[in-house]
Amino acid sequence: MAIEQIIFYCFAGVLLFAASMVITVRNPVRAALFLILAFFTSAGIWLLLEAEFLAMTLVLVYVGAVMVLFLFVVMMLDIDLAPLQEGFAKYLPLGILVAALITIEMIAVLGASHFGLDLVAAPIPHAADYSNTKEIGLLLYTVYVYPFEIASVILTVAIVAAITLTLREKKSKSQNISEQVKVRREDRVRMVKMDAVKPEINEHQESKS
Amino acid sequence: MIALSDFLILGALLFSLSVAGIFLNRKNIIIILMCVELMLLAVNLNFVAFSHYSGDIAGQIFVFFILTVAAAEAAIGLAILVVLFRNKHTINVSKLNELKG
Repeated sequence: MAIEQIIFYCFAGVLLFAASMVITVRNPVRAALFLILAFFTSAGIWLLLEAEFLAMTLVLVYVGAVMVLFLFVVMMLDIDLAPLQEGFAKYLPLGILVAALITIEMIAVLGASHFGLDLVAAPIPHAADYSNTKEIGLLLYTVYVYPFEIASVILTVAIVAAITLTLREKKSKSQNISEQVKVRREDRVRMVKMDAVKPEINEHQESKS
Repeated sequence: MIALSDFLILGALLFSLSVAGIFLNRKNIIIILMCVELMLLAVNLNFVAFSHYSGDIAGQIFVFFILTVAAAEAAIGLAILVVLFRNKHTINVSKLNELKG
């Protein structure tokens, strides 16, 4: 057995274990941590597939940003866990049945009889100076530059949407222009009528000086 | 050598595990979001595997865009979740029946 196969089966085992823990653990924080393990392991599998740039992106973007966001939200919300676990045992048979059916159907289509090693030969590994990042960049900034721009627009929309959703209106510092325009002098200036009085000299201050 | 079918079967197993996760945790919206992320991961694994075995780098670029959209989706989903919790003090899916659908 080649070393790649040993690594692949180890990573595949860890990935499936982490995925099954994500869907079975009670605590959402633990589920998020197992999801981090799943992302990390699949980054390892992508390295086996010579997708180095995407593997690093997966670790940086998913483990570094998205999962931290998940953990942040899970820990920020004070969740009562007991009612959320209702129906776990009730839906367990149905879930297993559907999952098994999907797996059987997909293996029937994607199994070794259609995509085995004798039908789809393993590609020759690239030389050590092959740069996956450079290849992706060459294609991304020429052929796929328009989708790339759309992706940036999507991210901007996501930022704006997330901030707008979570912003509390009362405390917002947004400008209400009509209210600013219709303001009158009486709203801002307070005229105080009082007699001119000589201020009494504070004895305490006097003794100090 | 590892066959393409091994990667595809791993992706299929991962996908069906996350489908089962949506069935099992149908009350907890956080776990459902995590299962959606796992599904996208399984899809991405298939894309990367096909890209590697067919020698076409375009599949990896597709994965790049899927990652972008998934990150946006996670951010907006969690923002909706925070607003939901602020207004209703629960994230139980069965309690979210305002629309009476």
